[in-house]
Amino acid sequence: MSSITASDQQASAKGTAKVTPEATRSKVIQPAWVRALHWTNAFAMVLMIMSGWQIYNASPLFGFTFSPSITLGGWLGGALLWHFAAMWLLMLNGLIYLALGFATGRFRKKLLPITPEGVIADTKAALSGKLSHEDLTKYNYVQKLLYAGIIVVGILIVLSGLAIWKPVQLQYLTAVFGGYDVARYVHFFCMAAIVAFMVVHVALALLVPKSLRAMIIGR
Amino acid sequence: MGRLRNLLIPGVDKSLLLRDAVKTMPDLTRRRFISGGASLGALTLLTGCDVTDQFSAEAMLKQVSKFNDGVQAWMFNPDAMAPTFPESAITKPFPFNAYYDLDDAPEIDGKAWKLEVRGLVDNKKPWKLEELYKLPQVKQVTRHICVEGWSAIGSWTGTPLRDFLTIVGADTRAKYVWFQCADKDGYNSPLDMRTALHAQTQMTFKFGDEILPRAYGFPMKIRVPTKLGFKNPKYVISMEVTNDYKGGFWEDQGYNSFSGS
Repeated sequence: MSSITASDQQASAKGTAKVTPEATRSKVIQPAWVRALHWTNAFAMVLMIMSGWQIYNASPLFGFTFSPSITLGGWLGGALLWHFAAMWLLMLNGLIYLALGFATGRFRKKLLPITPEGVIADTKAALSGKLSHEDLTKYNYVQKLLYAGIIVVGILIVLSGLAIWKPVQLQYLTAVFGGYDVARYVHFFCMAAIVAFMVVHVALALLVPKSLRAMIIGR
Repeated sequence: MGRLRNLLIPGVDKSLLLRDAVKTMPDLTRRRFISGGASLGALTLLTGCDVTDQFSAEAMLKQVSKFNDGVQAWMFNPDAMAPTFPESAITKPFPFNAYYDLDDAPEIDGKAWKLEVRGLVDNKKPWKLEELYKLPQVKQVTRHICVEGWSAIGSWTGTPLRDFLTIVGADTRAKYVWFQCADKDGYNSPLDMRTALHAQTQMTFKFGDEILPRAYGFPMKIRVPTKLGFKNPKYVISMEVTNDYKGGFWEDQGYNSFSGS
């Protein structure tokens, strides 16, 4: 049993979901630091988004508001307290993630290269249901693109948030976004992109439960 | 009722238990402060905290807000000027904003009005409007940013507050200048001394080159382009130089006290 190969392990995982302890121990899909930072980020993001919706409601950019049942803080003042508390968790966690992502080479190994041909081929495969999830340690091109893209959006939403928060002290940053009012729209659309990503991400994780398991117990 | 009775702990006085339970219940304002309805439920699920933990959540949020005051004071650069704009960029009409309608805005008789000066100052003489109008004035076209998120560019003319503080012999080592206003329910707001001494912080007497209209705070407002709008008190009737944190109308309800831009 100890000589079981990776392909055997995947075969048994696919077939009966009965995996021997020796086999599971042999391959860590998501290291502990990734899992810890992932769930901390998920928690901080939910707090930021729900309180952000309440803040949006105080002066809506578009002709709609968010239902109070899905917002956090109860009123503008409460929402601001949540938003400016959770931002520390989000930023600190995000900085650690970026530092470790570069330092360990995870970004380079897991997310690069991203080629247009690869993305097109894997998108076609995904839409026709032929995309393989055999080896969860390797991301397909659609995953690479989305995960790299959402990291960029994550950086943008923090920077645009800082630009809105400190348009005098950080006025050069605010100017980069095209001024205070434009930065608000950038902040909003980054939120919309993250929410759209979350919907797809959670749906796919539920469709491929072993990927969810890997993000919880690592294997 | 029978089911409920079965749930109570045997051997425990039910009325005492109930009284203790009521004590742990949050009051309405507290509940509103932290969270509304389902979102609190969602948060409870996420954190695994039980409902009474919202007290500690509230305390935690207040602590972080105080921490954020410190971070913003550290970020505050007294030499960083709020961006200025050409007159053509002025927002017209400039919005009226308050916690009451324009009809309920204070109507102040400029001839009877006096600015009281209190606290750590050498000269506590009250100032008449005509005396204040004689002080040197400067104009600024800056962006007013509301805590709600919207912003508008306006033109404000008046005397730099730091010049006035020099004239009255204020102890500028004090921590705050605290303003009281004529708004109904008594608006007030503290301003940290470093911001009070910022070159663009202004005792404003004119909006758009005209005497400050009632909507924008006649006879005097404090224009602070390095702070959110609610830290720009209108209808000011007194200022006090003090080392005590005296709170403010919105600050006491949970808005971050520094609220720097």
